Formats: sequence, structure tokens, C-alpha cells
Amino acid sequence: MRPSAVRLLNILVPIKRAVDYAVKIRVNPEQTGIDLNVKHSMNPFDEIAVEEAVRIRERLKDAVKSIKVVTIGPPKSAETLRTALAMGADSAVHVEIPESAPSPEPLGVAKTLKALIERQKEGVDVVILGKQAIDDDAGQTGQMLAGLMGWSQATFASKVEVNPEQKVANITREIDGGLEELRCKLPVIITTDLRQVQLLNEPRYASLPNIMKAKKKPVEKLTAAELGVDITPRLETIKVTEPPKRVGGGKVANVDELLAKLKEAGITGKRA
Amino acid sequence: MLRLHNSIRPAFRSRRWAHNIPTFSHLNSVNEEDIAHFSSILAPTSILSTLSSVSTPADDIAPYNVDWMGKYHGQANSVLRPRTTQQVSEIVKYCAQRKIGIVPQGGNTGLVGGGISLQKEIVLSLGAMNNVRSFDPVSGVLVADAGCILQSLSEYIAPHNHIMPLDLGAKGSCQIGGNISTNAGGLRLLRYGSLHGTVLGLEVVLPDGTILDQLSTLRKDNTGYDLKQLFIGGEGTLGIVTGVSILTPPAPQATNNIFLALPRFDNVLPLFQTVKRQLGEIMSAFEYIDRTAYDMGLQHGLGPLLSADEVGDSQCFVLVETSGGNQDHDLEKLNNLLESLLTADEPLINTGVLSQSPTQFNSIWALREGLTECVQKEGKPYKYDVSVPLADFQNVVDAVRERMISKGLYGDHAISKVMGYGHVGDGNLHLNVIAKHGYRPELEAALEPFIYEIVADRKGSVSAEHGIGSMKRDALHYSKSEVSIEWMRKVKQVFDPLNIMNPGKVLP
Repeated sequence: MRPSAVRLLNILVPIKRAVDYAVKIRVNPEQTGIDLNVKHSMNPFDEIAVEEAVRIRERLKDAVKSIKVVTIGPPKSAETLRTALAMGADSAVHVEIPESAPSPEPLGVAKTLKALIERQKEGVDVVILGKQAIDDDAGQTGQMLAGLMGWSQATFASKVEVNPEQKVANITREIDGGLEELRCKLPVIITTDLRQVQLLNEPRYASLPNIMKAKKKPVEKLTAAELGVDITPRLETIKVTEPPKRVGGGKVANVDELLAKLKEAGITGKRA
Repeated sequence: MLRLHNSIRPAFRSRRWAHNIPTFSHLNSVNEEDIAHFSSILAPTSILSTLSSVSTPADDIAPYNVDWMGKYHGQANSVLRPRTTQQVSEIVKYCAQRKIGIVPQGGNTGLVGGGISLQKEIVLSLGAMNNVRSFDPVSGVLVADAGCILQSLSEYIAPHNHIMPLDLGAKGSCQIGGNISTNAGGLRLLRYGSLHGTVLGLEVVLPDGTILDQLSTLRKDNTGYDLKQLFIGGEGTLGIVTGVSILTPPAPQATNNIFLALPRFDNVLPLFQTVKRQLGEIMSAFEYIDRTAYDMGLQHGLGPLLSADEVGDSQCFVLVETSGGNQDHDLEKLNNLLESLLTADEPLINTGVLSQSPTQFNSIWALREGLTECVQKEGKPYKYDVSVPLADFQNVVDAVRERMISKGLYGDHAISKVMGYGHVGDGNLHLNVIAKHGYRPELEAALEPFIYEIVADRKGSVSAEHGIGSMKRDALHYSKSEVSIEWMRKVKQVFDPLNIMNPGKVLP
């Protein structure tokens, strides 16, 4: 019996442009959200997802046919796609929403991704995305997409090994008790984690030759309407506030008293 | 604890530089009566002394008596930390009368032994005077106490979208008064100029205790001799800076940086010309790192920004930063530059990376800024901060390495590494010669005056930005004529006839 031809892998990496993690978050004066007039960059968990896709290709070489990145966001999100292309993705899809539109919710994103996957003539075998976005911390998109598609899922991945011949992926997940090893049949949805002790990977810097190449890589522009998806938000944010300021502690009359109290508590100075 | 006691003992004075310390026979040591007097001016927490009336533990005084590199060990038995300019004035007045030497000290991050008490001088630390006096968000003029830490000032003005006109690796510890007294250069000088231009006014306590208040916030004021220029870079030998008025530029809306790997050193100069021409006004820093420094950085966990394959046998690296008003405009200029560099017939660079996020921007800078700390981990460094023509950067480093080899002092047993990095855009090279097992007289003898001579041959400066301190007093003549030095002495005589203000520093 002739073995079935090994289907070459097509990897899809959804990414999100979010407030940069180093920015100091401030609630806006209307208390409807946070001040968005700050630096944005690729969601760090998604950076790891892109890096992992590129590493899978480095390991499996020709078995990986394509790495496509997709984002659902305003025009500025195009920059984030370029970064991913410079890291090694082959092509990109920008599902553009107007600048003033609210950020899409996980269910809306999952439905859009489903529509996009169904449009891919060559199919999608692996979807890798960050486990959560650092602006909403929802952590739902990967799981919802797996539910909508009826595909296997492995979330909070700290190690990924794809076996194209056997059409499975061996994934190690981080769970409360430690690590869990799963074997999933392809196609599979994987969400990447940011482990403290040992990162799944360290995202690479975009080198100049790759940045130049990225400019020539194709970026397809679509809208949610073209995909037949309604991404109107179903949740209403009523109020956003900062956590209450900490209270407690004593008052001292002056700095000398403070120094005395610190010394009492056994806290000594340290040379900078 | 016992170790620290030993470090203050005379045993360490057998270092070669110690032979050059004058005995300061014209000065008196601090005694109990003096402490009693200081106690009438200052709060108890402002006085540290090993004298029995105060009995500060040796550990608490040690940080004021040892420089950041651990190269210079001071002899002060007392440290004062005044809170106000008035207190500084009264201390100085008293010391003038009692002929007690004063060493003004800021963050103690200087690299030429300028903030250390050489004999019996009292250390006057400005660290407790750390208030911002005012900031005008329209003009950007900041008025602050001399003891404010540079990074704290940056953080203070950041919400108003301004940045300090200078930036250096020591920003978390260095104080603005010290920066001004040493005319610190740093990473931004290329773009914002030196402190001689950005400082608008100073409040200085003169060596007789008089307070010279020239804390103007005026941008232009041509009324008489500009005395403040003497104190900027005066290294505390003409007076103590207690207050500063400085012009802070608006924060750039867009900052980016690139890290480039060059196949050979000869490409640095044409690269600089190309970058300057194409980036124009948005270029804000141009730093150089040689291969030895880069490899050392990697060993200590800095970066990596490029894979080993991509780096290959690149001989040196350049970091370029851009600061501008519009991200799209800046990125376009950068992309055009990068494209022209990569597609040239004979590319000046092998490869490089462009920051894609604020985090990457910071890590790229961290590679350059972290080198100084790595050097400290490698051993004890002899640091030579020199200005030489850009084309000579590589041959100066090579000449020093050759010299150590020829003296049989190159290797893990003596000088383990000779490297260069620095503000190539300003013609400023930081030559670091690492003594793996500590400072030794024969190492210093092999390096000095050899290095000063090769710098003088190239008509360079033996101290581009670090200053003279106690380290380079006897090397001053390599970069300044006898006439200049003579007139410097005359100025010193006018301000400080008793020679109590940071004696033994700067002037031979």
C-alpha cells in the first residue's frame, strides 16, 4: 500500500497590536478605558508564537510550506505584521477595522479566524497564537477558535514538537501542578505561554536583510464584512477605575525620624 | 567588616598614584572641636565620622571613601551631608578659617578619582540636597539642587514630555551637580551639545563660603564675563555647585535605534558620513563597540542581538539612535538608509537589527550601556577616555595591546583584555585595559605615559569627558600647553588662595 503523500504544513499565526508592556497604564479621564495615546507593539505572547512558528520551520525545514500571520486591527496594525514578516513569516493578512472602532472581542476574533481558515485553499494545519493579550488579558480566543472549528487544542504551551508524517503534535503544557504532555491530532490550535523559568523561546530581533525582504512579502487586505463575520462587540464596558490606593502605615514628623525608624526595623542603606 | 578596616590602612598607599599625592602640609585634619562646630550647623544625621563623638561604623563611611571602580581609596575620617545651600556656605566658611580641605562629592561615579579624599580632607556630599526647585514646561527650564540624581530628574520631567540634555550609563547614581562639575558628555552630546551650552545658570558656594547666586533661567544673558563656565568642568576645585538651572529639550515623539555589524574598522568613517548625510537632523547618537568589547558583553549575558552566523567575523559594531517628531518620517529615513547600505556595490555593513518595539530599543541600548559593568566583572580596569581622530580609534587600541604583549604583560596573568568603545560620533574613545587580577604598579608603568604620548602624537585629548581628577594631573601637559596650565593656576589662585577646595585635583 502506497503511503499517503505527506501534506506540507501550513501554519497560521494570529497576532495582536497591543499597548507595549513597558508603558505605564493610565485610566482615561472618562473612566471608560485606558489612555491609548501611548506606544504600541506586538503582544509579547504573540511574539513568542511567531518565533515558535519560525523555529518549527527551522526544525522541520521543507515540511513547512507556509507561515501566514493575520491581525484584526486598525491601519497602524500593519506595522505589527511587518515585524512578523521580518521575523520570518511568509505572508500576511490584515483584516482592517476603522481607527475609531472598538477593539474586537475574543469571540469576534475567533469567528473571523474561522472564516479566514475556511478560505485557505490549501488548508491550515497548525494555528499558534499567544495565550492572552496583555491589554484585555481575556485568554479566550484560542479556545473559542478550537471550539468553533472542532479542532484539538493545547493551551499554555511551553514546548511544541510537530510530527508531519504522523500528523500529530506533542505539546507540553504548563498547568498548576507542573507540566502536562499532550499528543494532539492535526489540525491543532496551540496557545503559547511566557514561562518565568524557561521561555518557550526568545523572540529574535528583526535583522536588516529580513526587514528588506519583508517589504516585498504579500499583505492581503480584507474586512470582516468580506469574510461574512459580524464583529460588533457584545459586551459593554461600564466603568474602568484604578485599584484603590493602599492605606495604612504610620506618619513620621521628619526625615530624621524616618531614618531612625528604618534603622530600628533593621533596614540599612545600600550603595547605588 | 575586618576587611574594610584593612582597606583604609596605609598598606594601600603603596600604589603608584599615591606617590603623587601632595602631603597637604598647609591643611589641618578634622578633629573633635570641628565636629562639635559642625553639629551646631547640621542635624546629627548629616554628620558621619569615625571620631569618637560620632562613632559612625566604618561600613557607613566606606562608600564615601572608595570610588566606583574600587581603584581609589580615600582617607577622610568625616563626611558631611548638608541639606541647604546655607549650610554648605557655613561649612565652607568654617573650613576656610580652620584650613580644612573639602572634597565635594556627588554620586561618586567619577572615573578619575576626583571625588575621593586624598589625605585628610573632609567629604562634603551633596546627596541630601535633592529637591527640584522649579520646572517650566513651556520653556523646559529646570532648576534643581545639585544632589538630584540624573535619572530622577529625567523621570520628573518625562510627564511634561521633556528629556535631560545628557544621558550616561551612570544615570541611576550620578548627580546633576557632579555632572556639571565634570562637564559630563555622555550618549546624547552628539545631538544636544555639551553642558557648557545647556546650563543656563548656577548657584555656587565659593571657597571662602560666599554664595554666588547666578541661578538665572534666561536663555540669553550677555552681561559681563560668564563665570559659570569656569565651574562647569571645574571638578569642584573652584567652588561647590549647589544649584543648577538647565535647559531641557522636548522629548522626541519617535525614537528608534539600529545595531550594525561592520566587516572592518575602516568602514566606520564612511559609515558615519553616510549615516549623518541620510539621517540628518534625526540622528541622536552614534556609538562604537569593538569586537573584543562585543564578545565580552555576550559572555556576560548582554544581547545577543544577532546570531553568531549573522555576525560572522565582523570586526566592530555601531549603534545609531534617531530621535524625531514623526515616527513615519523617521522610519522612512531609516529604511532608505538601511536599503542603501545593504544594496551598495560594496556594502559598508555585514548586517544589523532595527528595534521593533520599546523593549527592543532598550535592549539594544543595554548592550552598549552595560559594557562598563561587564568590564568591572572582568577584573580591574585601567580606563583611558581619549579624544583622537576617528580614523585612529583602531590603531590606538592595537598599539596598546602590542605594547602589553611586548612587555610580556598580555594574557590571563596580567592584562587579559584591551578594548575600545565609545562616542565615535564625538571622536571620543573609551579605551579599557583590563587587569584580570588587580591593579599593579608595573602594569600602570607600562601603560602610562605611553598612552598619553600616543594620544599627544595624534593631537588628541588625554581626557575627552571623564576629567582630570587625581588620575591625570600629571598628564595634563600632554593636551594643554604650559601657558594654559599657568593661567589655570592663576584662576585657581584667585578663587581659592588657601587651596582648600578639592586640593590635589586637576592642576599639577
